[in-house]
Amino acid sequence: MPVLETHHLTHHFGGLAAVSDFNLAIEPHELVGVIGPNGAGKTTVFNLITGVYRATDGSISFADTEIVGKTPSEITSLGIARTFQNIRLFRELTVLDNVRVAHYAQVRYNAIEALLHLGRFQTEEKSILEHSLDLLASLKLESYTDELSKNLPYGLQRRLEIARALATRPQLLLLDEPAAGMNPQEVGQLMEFIQWIRQEFKLTILLIEHQMHLVMGICERLLVLDFGETIAEGKPREIQNNPRVLEVYLGETQ
Amino acid sequence: MHTRWLMPGILLCVFVLSLIIHRFELLDSYLQLIVMYIGINIILTLSLNLINGYMGEFSVGHAGFMAVGAYIASFLTVKVIPAHLAAWLFPVAVIAGGMGAALVGLVVALPSFKTRGDYLAIVTLAFVMIVKSVIENIDALGGPRGFLGMEKLATLPWVFFWVILSLWIIRNLVYSNFGRGVLSIREDEVAGDLMSVNTRQVKVLAFTVSSFFAGIAGALFAHLLQFINPRSFDIIKSTDILIMVYLGGIGSIAGSILGATVYTVLLEILRPLGIWRMVLIPLILVLLMLFRPKGIMGLREFPWFVPLRDRLAGRLPRNKRGSS
Repeated sequence: MPVLETHHLTHHFGGLAAVSDFNLAIEPHELVGVIGPNGAGKTTVFNLITGVYRATDGSISFADTEIVGKTPSEITSLGIARTFQNIRLFRELTVLDNVRVAHYAQVRYNAIEALLHLGRFQTEEKSILEHSLDLLASLKLESYTDELSKNLPYGLQRRLEIARALATRPQLLLLDEPAAGMNPQEVGQLMEFIQWIRQEFKLTILLIEHQMHLVMGICERLLVLDFGETIAEGKPREIQNNPRVLEVYLGETQ
Repeated sequence: MHTRWLMPGILLCVFVLSLIIHRFELLDSYLQLIVMYIGINIILTLSLNLINGYMGEFSVGHAGFMAVGAYIASFLTVKVIPAHLAAWLFPVAVIAGGMGAALVGLVVALPSFKTRGDYLAIVTLAFVMIVKSVIENIDALGGPRGFLGMEKLATLPWVFFWVILSLWIIRNLVYSNFGRGVLSIREDEVAGDLMSVNTRQVKVLAFTVSSFFAGIAGALFAHLLQFINPRSFDIIKSTDILIMVYLGGIGSIAGSILGATVYTVLLEILRPLGIWRMVLIPLILVLLMLFRPKGIMGLREFPWFVPLRDRLAGRLPRNKRGSS
């Protein structure tokens, strides 16, 4: 049974159809890639799934729950986490606090207990701290715990964004251009890293990427978008030889 | 273990001292008045800092919350509570003032769901004007003439007690799950929402707590001055609080204390300058904004105000963490 399923997902910005009739079903533990030229609607799909935009038409079900119309925080609490194309860390907060913020929905103390630091507050805070530090350690960020996130080097900021997303304890992780701005060697490391977090955190992953090397190397299945429409779907090898995809990427052949 | 009791111990000593000073009039009454003004301003500054500094919104509504607290508490002590019980029931009146302001704060939290920054500033500005004209049109509250008859119930020990309580509660809020939610709204609201922070819940809580303490400060202010009128709570009052927040430093408890103290004392010291005072102080502010735009303590904190767990969070070696 699919973890995530979209039916006829459509979104219009004014008269422009950013995404039209997008159908996707991801099985548990799958690693699926979405590719396509700039402006093809890839990030819009992510924004629809995570509730940043409300779909004009169609449905999205996650673990058998309809999520169109839910707020981003509700959807995240259900088990979908994401990173951003342009890094969106909490820049003036420490590395540790970036990760602790993402525990918001898991906390089981109420406002009164928080204002008085009483009741379940102490034990809950202790376990959040421990979980956060464990997570930072397993992603090799532990030596930066007290550093402001804006001071981290670019590559580590990307990794911290993934750590923060993992702190919400997701089933499904959406990665929006995780290799943007990386050199070939770093991309190689990132590919191993993505495979590793998939195993370690038992994740289903949907990723957007422009670097074909990465996409072809780790994705089990690909979707190709162009002008909001899905023009091809299949295994990386099939996509590589698909004439419509070649046309979109390389221009029309005579 | 002894460090755990150090802070409460010091506070208790200071509280007893304030009781003694009050009882035996050890301090010149003018100085006492200034100290109490500082206290009230600390409460106001800290509560506005929660919204403008920690949450990164821009509210200018604090004079309105203050007015609500001041009028409710004054009405209770003058018109409802019998005179011989007023001194005993004063805390009840103050809390009622805070509660009333908190309720109004809830209403102001609603537009903050939809709008922020400059737009929220305009909404809260309108709110201050509404509160002022509502009070001006209620005869039972004295209308534009103001309201008097309060006894001087705000004493040094009471002001001290409320300052400590507001510092403690707001610190607790800041260093909690909800506090981290507040900070995430300042840093990137959409990202916060996507990291499971229920931003509406956080805003409602922050506005309620903030306006509660603004109401408390208003109630104390009314029972210190023993006279209030709608003009005491106009936009100028909000501006004063804003200045103290940005002078002391946004997102900082220590900054709030510093800002309120420095500004209050400065206003008193410069009193002999007469009208030139209002030239000099804005000039100081302009210079401050040029050289330290986040305020004296901007985004930094005095370690005593940070709970032990947060202070040590990253500094414990990995193997010792399990046993702590």
